[in-house]
Amino acid sequence: MASKLTLSNRTGWTFALPGFALIVIFVVLPFFFAIGLSLTNQRLLSPNPTQFVGVENYRQLLGLAVVTLEPERDDAGEVVRNEAGEIQYPRLRKITRSNDYPQYRGMREWFRWQSGENVTVVIASDVVFMKALVNTFLFVLVVAPVQAGLALVLSLLINQKLRGINVFRTIYFMPVVVSIVVVSLLWRFIYDGQNGLLNSILHGLTFGLFQPVDWLGNPSTALPAIMAMSIWQAVGFHMVIWLAGLQTISPTLYEAAAIEGASKWQTFRYVTWPGLRNTAVLVLIVITMQGFALFAQIDVMTNGGPRDSTQTLVFQAVERGYGKQDISGGSTISVILFVIVLTISLIQRWLTRER
Amino acid sequence: MAEVSFKGVKKSYGRVDVVKGVDIHINDGEFVVFIGPSGCGKSTLLRMIAGLEDITEGTLEIGGRVVNELQPKERGVAMVFQSYAIFPHMTVRENMAFGLTIAGASKPEKEQKVAEAARILQMEHLLDRRPSQLSGGQRQRVAIGRAITRKPAVFLFDEPLSNLDAALRMDMRMEIGRLRRQLGATMIYVTHDQVEAMTLADRIVVLKDGEVMQIGAPMELYHEPANRFVAGFLGAPSMNFLIVDILDLDGEAATVGNQSLEPIRVATRSRPFRKGGKAILGIRPQYLREAPSGKGMLHGTVALAERLGSETVVDLMLRDDRELIAAFDEDKIFEPGDALELIFDTALAHLFPEDG
Ligand SMILES: Nc1ncnc2c1ncn2[C@@H]1O[C@H](COP(=O)(O)OP(=O)(O)OP(=O)(O)O)[C@@H](O)[C@H]1O
Ligand SMILES: [Mg+2]
Repeated sequence: MASKLTLSNRTGWTFALPGFALIVIFVVLPFFFAIGLSLTNQRLLSPNPTQFVGVENYRQLLGLAVVTLEPERDDAGEVVRNEAGEIQYPRLRKITRSNDYPQYRGMREWFRWQSGENVTVVIASDVVFMKALVNTFLFVLVVAPVQAGLALVLSLLINQKLRGINVFRTIYFMPVVVSIVVVSLLWRFIYDGQNGLLNSILHGLTFGLFQPVDWLGNPSTALPAIMAMSIWQAVGFHMVIWLAGLQTISPTLYEAAAIEGASKWQTFRYVTWPGLRNTAVLVLIVITMQGFALFAQIDVMTNGGPRDSTQTLVFQAVERGYGKQDISGGSTISVILFVIVLTISLIQRWLTRER
Repeated sequence: MAEVSFKGVKKSYGRVDVVKGVDIHINDGEFVVFIGPSGCGKSTLLRMIAGLEDITEGTLEIGGRVVNELQPKERGVAMVFQSYAIFPHMTVRENMAFGLTIAGASKPEKEQKVAEAARILQMEHLLDRRPSQLSGGQRQRVAIGRAITRKPAVFLFDEPLSNLDAALRMDMRMEIGRLRRQLGATMIYVTHDQVEAMTLADRIVVLKDGEVMQIGAPMELYHEPANRFVAGFLGAPSMNFLIVDILDLDGEAATVGNQSLEPIRVATRSRPFRKGGKAILGIRPQYLREAPSGKGMLHGTVALAERLGSETVVDLMLRDDRELIAAFDEDKIFEPGDALELIFDTALAHLFPEDG
């Protein structure tokens, strides 16, 4: 059989060739290129020859350490405090620039917390990457359940025999067919700090009590704002997938449940939800993948700011590869992203396997 | 326990009338079968009892209570569907206990009722399986089990056996008969299989195009069909219908005949006929017997003979080029082209007006 498929089917292979070639050129080769380049110091345009650097790029990105700072003490051994009574600690630089600790060289503070008198500092060799990593995970962790849940609610609402239900289906689906770049531009106006639509509405609804917020300019609201907008944009797409799943459930099962006396909620719990298991897996995997690939919204709306609060992995990969012409750095981020997504997919597959 | 009563019930989808005014009274504990050709509205009637279809006109009573506006769960009925409609992700046990789970029954109560149902249906060994690991007959038994655990007053069956093969259908038919004697609840059963109808029913309701053709005990319908439709619908092979001339007419009987039929006297059963007009003579294939040459009432030639072992079914061509089927209860050889004369007991023949 194998020989028949691979050898004697010339015509078939000839037909498959163009598509095959495209896949190889644009998917397979770049994939291996990325892995290869991530092990070098390749730059986009550089007079210097490319060198193999091993896992240096990975070390540079993932380097992480925890240091504990003890309070400064005076000669009597007393903890030194400033006028406000706060305990004084030695500068972190004393460690990261000291020759006594070559392993911490070049690292910067990511975040710190107080434990007793001491303070524990997490330092990273690439703090921006770490923030991008955390933001991306945060984005997926919030968007995946909220978007999937909202899409499910919408699909339940529109899965009814009502006059004009298609109008609603169309309305909910509309944002999906608009380019994400256009949507992002529009939402920049909605989120505008001065007279954006959102501020105006909140202002109106609270009779002027609400103080305008610069949604995208404030580190604490920028990422949630992008999450909300992303959820809104693609919820219609997942609604349609749920709807397709809903329609595979046999109507007689609902009739049987009705005769057995099931309430609306019981019907959902015992008939609808179990019937949507495969759809749920699909929806969650798709949202997770899309979430990890978050880029366009960031690029259009915040450029990763303010203060790196909306950095994401893909945005960093592009920013490094093309913005800073650091192709090897961008490739390394891509490979790390690939490993993360692969791991999560395998975990999801394992969790939802047929038992 | 409950009686079910249709009073002038109609059902329309938009302008299409599907059920056209039906009056049926079903007694408590009775087993009634709805039978009729495809699309005659059997399922619609059943679904109206269950509360899955609205009633357009008329009233439906269950246990003396008008239920037109009640939700399915308020009617105290259980239904078994043709497609089983058991929940694929639940075990047999969970499926059978579903109604109890919904009602919030305690665990021991569920255990005990499921065990009882499983014993009645002889499926104790299957309780922990999932529906995908069951055969068609076993799935249907699960569906029946789900219906009986709740002890409803009325059981509804919509062609429960039609997805099963012939042998299994017979087993399940007997099982349903046994179940019926054990439970003693009112049962309404839809089928288009007349063997099921004849063997299971206390009374059969024959339907056609949304109207009741006849209601009665199986043998009553078989021996005394009210009209040509019922006569032709019950019995296999189905009744022969011959167009005959009415030669003479007196109080209770008519003398009829045609080219291939010697004049015979047949009871009119107070149906209206006109001397000199035409009528339809109905005679079941099983009542025809071979006659010695020159003594037959019907004359024809053999067109085709099918030997089934226990009986021989002969397709005859009559003198007036009409077909007739005769079934002889013995294995016998007929050659196509043989002339054949037949006689029958005229008391077993039926005479119907030409238009019905
Ligand atoms: N939703 C509907 N809209 C319009 N007509 C319908 C609808 N449902 C059923 N009908 C019609 O009602 C008639 C009766 O349907 P029903 O399902 O009761 O038939 P049935 O006697 O059960 O037939 P079968 O033996 O094939 O199951 C059919 O002619 C069908 O076309
Ligand atoms: Mg039907």
